[in-house]
Amino acid sequence: MSDRVEQLLRSALVPIEPPEALSDRLERGLSELTEVAAAELADWELSAMRDPRNWGRPVAAVVVGSVAAGGLVLVRARQQQKKRNATGLQALEKSIRGVADDIEKRLKR
Amino acid sequence: MAATADKERLDRDFSELYRAHLRDVYSYAYYRVGNHHDAEDLTEQTFLQAYRHFERAQRESDGRPLRPWLIRIAHNLAANFYRDRSRRPMTQLEDASVLHEPHGTEQLVEEREEVKEVLEGVSKLPDDRREALIMRFALGMDNREIARALGRSEGATKVLIHRAIKQLEDSIREDSDE
Repeated sequence: MSDRVEQLLRSALVPIEPPEALSDRLERGLSELTEVAAAELADWELSAMRDPRNWGRPVAAVVVGSVAAGGLVLVRARQQQKKRNATGLQALEKSIRGVADDIEKRLKR
Repeated sequence: MAATADKERLDRDFSELYRAHLRDVYSYAYYRVGNHHDAEDLTEQTFLQAYRHFERAQRESDGRPLRPWLIRIAHNLAANFYRDRSRRPMTQLEDASVLHEPHGTEQLVEEREEVKEVLEGVSKLPDDRREALIMRFALGMDNREIARALGRSEGATKVLIHRAIKQLEDSIREDSDE
């Protein structure tokens, strides 16, 4: 009987192909997301080389930029979740900014 | 510039993961939530979440496949989905594509009935047993992968699947005796 049940389970639980529209949307979203993140990262690298005191802020910008883009591009991400992420990232940005300010003060001394 | 190269490599790896497992995530989501609309939503959120944590997951995976990690994300999101909306899965498994295939002979019609019976039985199983069967049969995952996705030991997973099949078998027998 077990073998028969397993055979029936194999016939019943078939893999489901995702709708083409979903694949297109996801692929478009993910590629936009990675492009935005890459552009932010390139900007950060340039600024970082120019002025080490600003390392903190662009790092936060990359994180915020990437996630924000994800929220915009990958459709129907829940509002509540976005809000939670935004709050977390704002806190992260604030703390990184704090470290950057601290370094700036020390350098001025 | 090293960071940009790392980012490119990471994005390439993520694209591969996405291409390799989109169908797995979608199948899992579909059998878990029971309709295409919510399954699409869950799939999107799973990949969004996965992208955010991909670097760390890759670092910590030690070369092991990332499919169980991806399915675990979908599993956690699905749990939140039900908690947020205070509802239980309404898995209409009879909507699965196999049941829409045209059947001609009497034997196939009979088998179709049996498949329907099995699907009904699956939908009545406790969540963990149902999920283990979805991972085993719809996604073709082995015990080790399922164990990682469910956060259990391999031994416990083997027992879980065995009990799920046994329970299903009993419920089919009871139904046919009635």
